[in-house]
Amino acid sequence: MQWSREEALKRLPEEARQIRIEILKMLHQSGSGHTGGSLSATDLVTALFFTELRHKPEDSNWEGRDRFVLSKGHAAPLYYAVLSRLGYIKAEELCRLRKMCCMLQGHPDSKSTPGVEISTGSLGQGLSIANGIALGLRLNKSDARTYVLLGDGEVQEGMVWEAAMTSAHYKIDNLCAILDRNGLQIDGAVEEIMSIEPLADKWKAFGWHVINIDGHRFEEILDAFEAAKEVNGKPTIIIAKTVKGKGVSIFENKVKYHGAAPNDEELEQALKELGHKKL
Amino acid sequence: MTEKKSIRGQYGETLALLGEKYKDIVVLDADLSGSTKTKVFAKKFPDRFFNIGVSEQDMIGTAAGFAVAGKIPFASTFAIFATGRAWEPIRQSVAYSKVNVKIVASHGGITVGEDGGSHQSIEDIALMRVLPNMTVIVPADATEMRKVLETVVDYNGPVYVRSSRIDFPVLYDNTYTFTIGKGDVIREGTDATIVACGFMVSQALAAGDLLGKRGIRPRIINMSSIKPIDTAILVKAAQETGGIVTAEEHSIIGGLGSAVAEVVSEECHVPVKRIGVQDCFGISGKPNELLEYFGLTPEDIERAVLEVLEKRKYSIQEKDFGRR
Ligand SMILES: Cc1ncc(C[n+]2csc(CCOP(=O)(O)OP(=O)(O)O)c2C)c(N)n1
Ligand SMILES: [Mg+2]
Repeated sequence: MQWSREEALKRLPEEARQIRIEILKMLHQSGSGHTGGSLSATDLVTALFFTELRHKPEDSNWEGRDRFVLSKGHAAPLYYAVLSRLGYIKAEELCRLRKMCCMLQGHPDSKSTPGVEISTGSLGQGLSIANGIALGLRLNKSDARTYVLLGDGEVQEGMVWEAAMTSAHYKIDNLCAILDRNGLQIDGAVEEIMSIEPLADKWKAFGWHVINIDGHRFEEILDAFEAAKEVNGKPTIIIAKTVKGKGVSIFENKVKYHGAAPNDEELEQALKELGHKKL
Repeated sequence: MTEKKSIRGQYGETLALLGEKYKDIVVLDADLSGSTKTKVFAKKFPDRFFNIGVSEQDMIGTAAGFAVAGKIPFASTFAIFATGRAWEPIRQSVAYSKVNVKIVASHGGITVGEDGGSHQSIEDIALMRVLPNMTVIVPADATEMRKVLETVVDYNGPVYVRSSRIDFPVLYDNTYTFTIGKGDVIREGTDATIVACGFMVSQALAAGDLLGKRGIRPRIINMSSIKPIDTAILVKAAQETGGIVTAEEHSIIGGLGSAVAEVVSEECHVPVKRIGVQDCFGISGKPNELLEYFGLTPEDIERAVLEVLEKRKYSIQEKDFGRR
C-alpha cells in the first residue's frame, strides 16, 4: 500500500474519515468497546498503515514486513477497521466485533485475527514486545522496522520504563514508538490521576529521540515517520498531541466515552458529523 | 424473579460505610475506580483514597507500605491485573511479609464478557491460593460480600476477595454469618454434594432444582472461604453423600475444584467432578453465552452430578461404600 507523500496528503483525510465511520458502526453494533481511544489514534494509525508500513495484506506473514504492535490494545476497533480496509479481514467481519466465536475479539488476539502480530489488552507490555521484535529483526539482518502505539495513561505502567531503558541501551533505532497523548485515561485527566509530565524530558532522559507533533495533522505525522527513520543509534518516540474521541463533538474530550459505545442516537449524530449518509 | 444485586456495587457501599468507623482504612485503585466501585469511597473520603494510575505493581507495593504504617489498605482493580500483573509484589511484600493488605478485585471469571480473554480472570484464585499466609474469599452474593468485608476488616493479615462484573442473585438475608475458614450448607441433601463459590452458587442452586425433578437431592455448599478451606464440612459431605461436584467460574486447575480434590483425596476418597473452565482462555461474548460455551450452566452441573452418582454406584459395589 504505500502512497507517495503528495497522494497521501490528498487521500488520508478521506481514508481516516471512512475508518472513523467503520469504528463507530462497529462499536454501535457490538454495544460495548472503546470509542475515545480509537478515534484519538485514527489519524496516526491510518497514516502509518497507508503510507509508512511496508506490508502485504494478502500475505500477513511476509517476512520483510514492518511490524506494528498495538500496545494500547483497547483501541482494537481502530485496528480492525484499518485491517479491514486494507483487506486483511473481510468487511463483513466488522459487524461481529466482540460477539461469540468471532474473529474480532474485544482486544486484539493474534490467534484469531490476521495482521495482528501479538495479543494485547493488558497495558504496558507492548514496548517490551516491540523491543524484542526489533532486536530479532536486527539479528536477522532485516531492514524491517517496528512501530508501537502507546496510550498516555498506559505509560504509568512501570514496565514501559523498563522497556524504554532496554530500547536505548541496545540502541534500537529500527523502532519507532508513537504515544497517543490524548490527556485522558479511565478515571479522569492523566495529569490529575497520575501525572506523567514532563513527558518529553522523561523520554529524552531515558535516551530516546523525541519528536512532538499534532497527531491530527497528516503533514506532521508523515514528517515524523520520515525523521524517525533518519535517527541512528537511538530509539525514537513520536509524542502526538491528540483529542480523545476526535472527529465527533459529543465524544471529544469526554472521559465517559473511553469505554462506552455509541447508542442509536449518538451514532446518528456521529455519522451526520462525519458526513455519512445513512446506515 | 429473584432479586439481583451488584457485588462490586456492594463493595463500594460497604467500604464507604466502614470508612466511617475505621479511620485507618485507606483505599487504592489503579485507574478503574468506576468499575471496582472504590469511587464511592473516594467521593466520601478523598483524603484516604489514592489513585495510583495504571500501575498495579506500584499499587500493591504502596498498599504494603500503608500496612507497615499501621493503616488498613484496600487495593482494587480488575482481578487479572491485581493478581496477575502484581503477583510477585503480592508474594514478597504482602504475603511473605504477612502485612495487613486487603486486595478486593472485580471482574473475576468469564462473565466479564465482551472484553474477552485478555480481561477474563480464570487464574486469580489459583494465583492467590498458592501463596502462604493468604486468605482467599469468593462471595456468593451482595449480602455475603458485605459480611466478608465486615469480617476481614478486623482480621489482621493478607486477604484476597474476588468480585464480579455481573449482578448476582441475592441468596442470603441479614441473618447470615460469614466466618473465615467455614463453608455454608446452603441447601441440605444426601445424594451427592455440589461445592460452589461466587456466581456458581446460584447456578448450583438452579442445578439442585433440576435434579429435584429427577428425585435427586444434592447437598449444596457455598465454599466462599477457599483458603483456609473448610475441611470438616467437605469430609462430612463426602461421607454422607458419597460424591462431589465442584463449580467455579475459574480454571479447573488450581481453584476451588483443586482445593476440594486435595482435601477429598487425602481425607476421604469419593468421586469428584470439577465444573469450571477446562484449561483454556476466555473469549468475547455475552456473559450468558459464555457460561453456556464454557459449560457452566445449571444443566452442566446437573449432568456432572449424574455422572458422579453413576461413579459412586461403582465405588459402592467395589468398596461396599455406604454399607453399615
Ligand atoms: C494492565 C492493565 N491495567 C488496567 C487496564 C484497564 N484499562 C484499559 S484502558 C485504561 C486506560 C488507558 O488510558 P490511556 O493509555 O490513556 O488510553 P487511551 O486514552 O488512549 O484510550 C485502563 C486502565 C488494562 N487494560 N491493563
Ligand atoms: Mg489517554
